[in-house]
Amino acid sequence: MRYIRGMLIELAHFALILAFGVAIAQTIVPLVGAHKGWRGWMTFAEPAANSQLILVGFSFAVLTMAFVTSDFSVSLVYANSHTDKPMLYKVSGVWGNHEGSMLLWVLTLALFGASAAWFGGNLPATLKARVLAVQASISVAFYAFILFTSNPFARLVDAPLNGRDLNPLLQDPGLAFHPPFLYLGYVGLSITFSFAVAALIEGRVDAAWGRWVRPWTLAAWMFLTVGIALGSWWAYYELGWGGFWFWDPVENASFMPWLIAAALLHSAIVVEKRETLKSWTILLAILAFGFSLLGAFIVRSGVLTSVHAFANDPERGVYILLILGIFLGGSLTLYAARAGVMQAQGAFGTVSRESALVLNNILLAVSCFVVFIGTIWPLVAEMVFGRTLSVGPPFFDAAFTPFMVLLAIVLPLGSLLAWKRGTLTRARMPLLGLGVLSFAMAGLFYAIYAGRSMVGPAGVLLGVWVVGGAVVDLWLRAGRGGLPDRLGRITRLPRGDWGKTVAHAGMGVTIFGVAAMTAWQQEDIRIVQTGETFDVGAYTFTLDAVEAVEGPNYQSTMATVTAVRGDGAPMILQPEKRFYPVAQMPTTEAAIDNGILRDVYVVIGDPQANGGYAMRVYIKPFANWIWGGAILMAIGGIISLTDRRLRFAVGARDPKPDAKAVPAE
Amino acid sequence: MKWLLLILTLLAAPAWAVQPDEILPDAALEARARDISEGLRCPVCQNESIDESNAPISRDLRILLRERLVAGDSDQEVIDFLVARYGEFVLLEPDTRGANLILWAAAPVLLLLALIVGWVTIRRRPPTEVALTEAEQRDLDRILHP
Repeated sequence: MRYIRGMLIELAHFALILAFGVAIAQTIVPLVGAHKGWRGWMTFAEPAANSQLILVGFSFAVLTMAFVTSDFSVSLVYANSHTDKPMLYKVSGVWGNHEGSMLLWVLTLALFGASAAWFGGNLPATLKARVLAVQASISVAFYAFILFTSNPFARLVDAPLNGRDLNPLLQDPGLAFHPPFLYLGYVGLSITFSFAVAALIEGRVDAAWGRWVRPWTLAAWMFLTVGIALGSWWAYYELGWGGFWFWDPVENASFMPWLIAAALLHSAIVVEKRETLKSWTILLAILAFGFSLLGAFIVRSGVLTSVHAFANDPERGVYILLILGIFLGGSLTLYAARAGVMQAQGAFGTVSRESALVLNNILLAVSCFVVFIGTIWPLVAEMVFGRTLSVGPPFFDAAFTPFMVLLAIVLPLGSLLAWKRGTLTRARMPLLGLGVLSFAMAGLFYAIYAGRSMVGPAGVLLGVWVVGGAVVDLWLRAGRGGLPDRLGRITRLPRGDWGKTVAHAGMGVTIFGVAAMTAWQQEDIRIVQTGETFDVGAYTFTLDAVEAVEGPNYQSTMATVTAVRGDGAPMILQPEKRFYPVAQMPTTEAAIDNGILRDVYVVIGDPQANGGYAMRVYIKPFANWIWGGAILMAIGGIISLTDRRLRFAVGARDPKPDAKAVPAE
Repeated sequence: MKWLLLILTLLAAPAWAVQPDEILPDAALEARARDISEGLRCPVCQNESIDESNAPISRDLRILLRERLVAGDSDQEVIDFLVARYGEFVLLEPDTRGANLILWAAAPVLLLLALIVGWVTIRRRPPTEVALTEAEQRDLDRILHP
């Protein structure tokens, strides 16, 4: 049995090498085929993409098996696992380290490549061949990276009896699923990149291209949304003071592609519906994946130090920088040479949906630039100006927030404008009413939380404005007539419209949540004796007991706290301080009572010299709205994806009789 | 045995963000201290303010800045005092002097440029629609004159 397992690991390593070879062939053969018009060479891409997926899938399955069965002959398992670890974290340990996460990265690349082959049945043969070839070229770079610098299958001659355990901070359900979602997002953008480069090679971008690219962008953006939300939720309950966003370089690394993907999502609509903004859309597609690669570089090189960075290694950093340079440089050169070919067709007025989407793109792209320059500025300042400095949350709050405020203000207006030439005449009354409602709500909240900062009421104003704008949009789309007629029509609206409404409303909800929690949270830090009672806000807390508890692979100090609001039912909260003996690391486990209107957040700290414990208590109003909004945005994406008009096969409605037909202009 | 375990656990734990014993009795002064400490970076941590950080030096800095406040320093004097000792590295909000001007001005300038370019491009669009392609014209004729 052990012999077979050992064999399997060597086979998995071999499968990875084989996949590398297949990817090289998949890069060259279809490209040549598409250039020469050799059908056989073009169709080579499809079976190649499938076999890549099978080979990498096998490698990944074997590595997972090694983690699950605690096979410490694999050095990666030894370094990141332990027999006492719960099963979920044995599995998530596969990607909780540099080598394994790179294997997940190439698996995702192969998965997207194969999906493009499966769902791309209606693509013109040359475009399909080129998309798959470009996708394979990205895989080649990362296979080489894994095989030459970060082999996950390295073995130990004498297998140790037990492993060194996964970083305890990573042993958490939120963080177990955070990386896979992020990778589906990052790598999902590789497909839009491949489409963009293939279109540049072809020299044509038309409405059909926009329709093919949009579902991929939408899917990638949705996964990024979920991944980022999971990471932020994890930080909220795990780091012990309830922050949800730190403007950490690694967070920024995932936020930048998200912003560009959001812009791309909107500009691809313009390409699809109006055949304009083509070259800008191509540029966004290139940049979106460029920022994904930049993210990989930031996380893995360690040039920008961060709380999250793991497996920092300058040599690996140089390699990723090389990949980034080749792909970004290459595609931008191609872009410079070919962008002129893509002329806009549809004309539009200054006040129109097109213009509104241009503004959306400008705001999203410039806000991404703010994050970018803030993230790399410490590096630039040190290398160019010899100044060692930091760029932290105060900078980002001041420089980034205005863009989101502007975006929120124009969002409902822009989404109501018609294509080509729009006016807001029909929407004037509902918008006026909504404006009054927004100010009234803001005033109400200002009165409730009298004397506190203006951030809260401003958040209420924008939140109501954006969510209400989404509702008004839906209402106006329902046409005229009585309520039953309108409701009937609303339910029959295309899924895409529903997706738009839900996602935009989600954005409003998140804005409100962020502002409300930032402005109105209450904090209390004190020393509490066992049995002592104290008040925070409207709640009364009692520290009932502090006990030592034995976990599966940790020791815990668990406090039991009762919280009561007025005459309400008491809540029992059990915050913990855990110690993981194998990794020699402590973690804080906050106890949170989640609610729609507020979270009650309790943390237990160190014992004090005079007896008693340090305790932190927070009342965080509307905290869950932050992630609720993110979930709504993701749901909006899913609803849109199920729209008939976006199904991959719909592009076949006007099949190109000859793949080499007239170029766009 | 359990209690021994508990004590060992707690001994291994680091000191932890703002401690109760650091808090100043004067609430207004304490609020100022918190504001200042949220904007100062822990010199040995990776990306945390001294307000969030568990490192001993952060605790020292929190206590130091409170001492300065109690001694009657203004917020700016306290910050200058710490920057003079630890360098501008501890400022989480970079100042606007010298090259940092680029950092602060880059985005507004880019926004302005983008708006101008966007505006000009949209205004310069040809007012007329592009002509129909031959195939489209044929289809149209067929539909209009069956």
